[in-house]
Amino acid sequence: MAELVQRVDLIFGEYSDEKYKVLEETLSRSNEDIIKDLLNSGLKGRGGAGFPTAMKWKYAAEQPVKEKYVVCNADEGEPGTFKDREILSKVPRKVFSGMAICAKVIGAKKGFIYLRGEYRFMLPALQVELKEFHVYAKKLKLDFTIEIKMGSGAYICGEESALFESMEGKRGEPRNKPPYPTVSGYLSKPTVINNVETFVNVVVICRIGPVQYRKLGTQDSRGSKVFSVSGDTPKPGIYELELGMPLVRFVEEFGDGDTKAVQVGGASGFCVPMKKFKDTIIGFEGVPTGGSMMIFNSSRSMYNVLHNYLGFFEEESCGQCTPCRVGCQQLKKGIEAVKRGDKPVVYLDQLMKLSETMKITAKCGLGQSVANSFSSIVNNFKEEMIY
Amino acid sequence: MSPNGNLIRELVEKHGRSRTSLMPILQGVVERQNYIADYDLTDIAKELDLSAAQVYGTATFYSFLDTVPRGKYIIRVCKTITCDMHGKKTIVQTLENMLKIKVGETTQNKKFTLLETNCLGWCHKSPAMLINDEPYTELTPERIHDIIADFMNKS
Amino acid sequence: MAEKLKLQIDGIDVTVNNGTTILDAARKANIHIPTLCYHEDLCVAGNCRVCVVEVGGSKALVPACAMPASEGMQVRTNTGKVRLARKHIVELLLSEHNADCTKCYKNGNCELQYLASEMLTGDPLYIDLVPEHNYTIDRFNSAIIKDDSKCIRCQRCVRTCEELQSVSALDVAYKGNKMKISTFFENPLFEVVCTNCGQCVLRCPTGALIERNYIDQVWDAIYNPNKHVVVQTAPAVRIALGESLGMAPGKIVTGKMVAALKRLGFDAVLDTDFTADLTIIEEGHELLNRLKRVLVDKDPTVALPMATSCSPGWIKFIEHTFPEYLPNLSSCKSPQQMFGALAKTYYAQKKGIDPKTIVSVSIMPCTAKKFEADRPEMRSSGYKDVDFVLTTRELGIMIRQAGLDFESLPNEHFDSIMGESTGAAVIFGSTGGVMEAALRTAYEVVTGRPVPFEKLNILPVRGTEGEVREASIKIEKTLPAWSFLEGVELKCVVANGLAHAKRVMQSVKDGTANYHFIEIMACPGGCLGGGGQPIPTNPEVRSKRKAAIYEEDMGMPIRKSHENPEIAEIYKEFLGEPLGHKSHELLHTHYTPRKRY
Repeated sequence: MAELVQRVDLIFGEYSDEKYKVLEETLSRSNEDIIKDLLNSGLKGRGGAGFPTAMKWKYAAEQPVKEKYVVCNADEGEPGTFKDREILSKVPRKVFSGMAICAKVIGAKKGFIYLRGEYRFMLPALQVELKEFHVYAKKLKLDFTIEIKMGSGAYICGEESALFESMEGKRGEPRNKPPYPTVSGYLSKPTVINNVETFVNVVVICRIGPVQYRKLGTQDSRGSKVFSVSGDTPKPGIYELELGMPLVRFVEEFGDGDTKAVQVGGASGFCVPMKKFKDTIIGFEGVPTGGSMMIFNSSRSMYNVLHNYLGFFEEESCGQCTPCRVGCQQLKKGIEAVKRGDKPVVYLDQLMKLSETMKITAKCGLGQSVANSFSSIVNNFKEEMIY
Repeated sequence: MSPNGNLIRELVEKHGRSRTSLMPILQGVVERQNYIADYDLTDIAKELDLSAAQVYGTATFYSFLDTVPRGKYIIRVCKTITCDMHGKKTIVQTLENMLKIKVGETTQNKKFTLLETNCLGWCHKSPAMLINDEPYTELTPERIHDIIADFMNKS
Repeated sequence: MAEKLKLQIDGIDVTVNNGTTILDAARKANIHIPTLCYHEDLCVAGNCRVCVVEVGGSKALVPACAMPASEGMQVRTNTGKVRLARKHIVELLLSEHNADCTKCYKNGNCELQYLASEMLTGDPLYIDLVPEHNYTIDRFNSAIIKDDSKCIRCQRCVRTCEELQSVSALDVAYKGNKMKISTFFENPLFEVVCTNCGQCVLRCPTGALIERNYIDQVWDAIYNPNKHVVVQTAPAVRIALGESLGMAPGKIVTGKMVAALKRLGFDAVLDTDFTADLTIIEEGHELLNRLKRVLVDKDPTVALPMATSCSPGWIKFIEHTFPEYLPNLSSCKSPQQMFGALAKTYYAQKKGIDPKTIVSVSIMPCTAKKFEADRPEMRSSGYKDVDFVLTTRELGIMIRQAGLDFESLPNEHFDSIMGESTGAAVIFGSTGGVMEAALRTAYEVVTGRPVPFEKLNILPVRGTEGEVREASIKIEKTLPAWSFLEGVELKCVVANGLAHAKRVMQSVKDGTANYHFIEIMACPGGCLGGGGQPIPTNPEVRSKRKAAIYEEDMGMPIRKSHENPEIAEIYKEFLGEPLGHKSHELLHTHYTPRKRY
């Protein structure tokens, strides 16, 4: 049977970088050259926010500071996302290479991988790989070492500044921005922090060149993306697909024939109902995603889905800023009250306004993005909220 | 010297005395005894020249840095959406029946603690749980029986 | 020169230095942006989100306290979007807050209440979350009460305790809906390293951290015809009390304060300044005595440098943090406790009053004094030396309760005895004041001449906020009895705020500093910025209070402690000599090593 969606095999396959060949070749190139290639590739961060990687590296490279850091964000906590674990266990060398290239470009000597506590079981294997890497690095006369820092069960540490706080031994509370990490990151030094997958994409671009890379995807969403597919699907798992496909194609491929909604981008992403499958593009021009695709069929109560998400946010908010700490509790209590009949249906409108306020006032991406799932679920499945 | 003075000194020697060492030290204590006692927190605070409240505040931020006694095997069942949809409730019930404790509790013999946790990242193989660091996926009541029976026979 | 930049706030052009926040730029343009977690003394947290404003075409709002202004920035502080967001945020805070305002000690002096009234919050917009939270109240402490049900998690207290005081008795614990401000393992404040300095109380925007008040107990004593109620007032109260009663900061209200206390019904209105002068005599002689024992007798048991002991927050801090340096503390009690001990002995004797019937009340700029008065060693009169300690704020409340129009009160004089004082005593209220007062006396004792500074103003030791001030004074042409001090360079250091105290003690411990005399005040700016002072207390207010203190000093006819006639009298009639037997019995004390952990 022909596949409905374009499969790609750049991240995991084709070239596993056994001998750190790409790294070796790239190290001989000029920094300007590498940044130019990244810029031309159109690569945007794969963690979900989609900031152009070339710009991030350029800003960090321009900082007139000696001490700089490269951090790989492997605090994959977004519900429905599990691709970074797969990448780190299948192609760790590509991740290390990507970090090393970044270190060369910005002038860093030290890199960190912040691995979520839930993935602690991966540590021994990763340490073995890292040891190998350091041997190669020495051979390549590369003054760069990587250390793994473990998280301990806090979703919010996936937020970059919270991650730095956690690395510094503090509570994972997001910082005020500006300053941005490229100016003041880990230990207040210029830091490039990228998602696991982003670093691998860098290696891919260095290997195949920006021209080839750009052939994949669309204007705003270049390249491929590793998707984590779960929920009501006959084939849950990890898939590398071209960016920019319409959601309807995705559902045809992965749905169980009874799909009523897809949550794109995890609990902090958007819920797309069936009627919008056709017009929704998966990518930065449509619904952006860090890779989480959760499929719901008609047997699922979207009230339960939303309630589950809100319970997640209520516990995983760092708690420092008012809109997120109290807002999450209010949204959850609010839909419960409406469901019970203790609050009138119009209270949902009040909650929608609240989620809007959270979106524009919360200190970090977590609090700002609660409104995404809240409004997209309440708007599209209002009856399910009430009855 | 408090009961764990040696362990903490060992961890401090390994990781250093700066604030950046706090997480690895706390994690090291949890690795050894599954939770961090009040005397451990004060010992760590003393070694790192932090206030006790600062160390307590940091530890309590992280779900895996427990400050109350836990069993030898901490079972953390994922309660986030996909696992919830795919039978988390039955899994928890099976565990509760087998261990004769409720979620949040520890068995009398201090062997098992049963907890629920947020997304473990095994949505495609849900329902899932961790026992200490080890993930167990695609759980069914039958599998739970086998897994727990194994652990019950372990020391 | 800092680089300038221009921005527009609500259509008004504002030019500010590069690095200025939107909040400060708006203040410059006289545009008020509401704040809660922001405090001038603390680093910016940006967590309450009340100060959000609209910038340019950006969809999201930005916190004015944390966002630096930039060239050409267009800021709008009063759009519908901004107002709605702020209202939502205040409503959210109220939903977590036990808004039982009429029963709250901070009713009428609460920043959250003020914002709620400004925004006409009306009926609650959201579900009451108070029953969901298992809030606790810590009432076990003699100085400070912590009520989590009033807490809005702005973290001002946490930042105060860490940044200003280096104590961190309070920190944030847990996360999400369980996040709270907590001590170690949520233990009561009296069991942890809290110094009772009250700086958190001074900055808490709500009623979550308040002083334990003793107003009703004091009224009861006043109304009791069988009690003779004496009141003493600390130096820093007279330059701040007016603020509690609607006056501008920096007003000296000594006379009105005395008049008010008399009208409240106190039987004798006396002055802690008297025992501040006494402290100088005792402490000055103690210092000279220690120097002699070290320099002449080569006595290795004598601890130098000697540190002042007037600030009870500092005392508890050193007991917890540097217990090995307790011998370095002057054994002198604080002026409050010297007064208390004398009130029920010397005063009672002179007035022919049964000390049993005396109730001794003090008015202090301080919350730690409440704890100090409760210390078991503070009973050398045979009774509790000081029965009740009220803060400046509590006195303000009593004056309002009595219906007195404070501003129109005449200036009255302290009663006698123990009401006479000097400029040296007044400056106890500011950082560096004890040092200066001690030097004015000690130098004269040793050389027979006044300190060689114009108008007795020893400017080099006048402390400055946010810094540790070091100074040295060379002793020359001594009187024969003190010839061992000839040519000695007396090295002094003055620090305010416990974070600086810690630095000083650390340098003593490291051996990187060799001081003779250390003055430490636990609170920023000294007592004038004490934890019991009127709210708000901020850098601007403190600088006005400081100016008032030195103005009061300059206006005093006598400015050296040893020239206070009542001091001469008490030595002649009662104490005998400085550091004498009676002094040791009544005016000196010892300290208790405590654990930091």
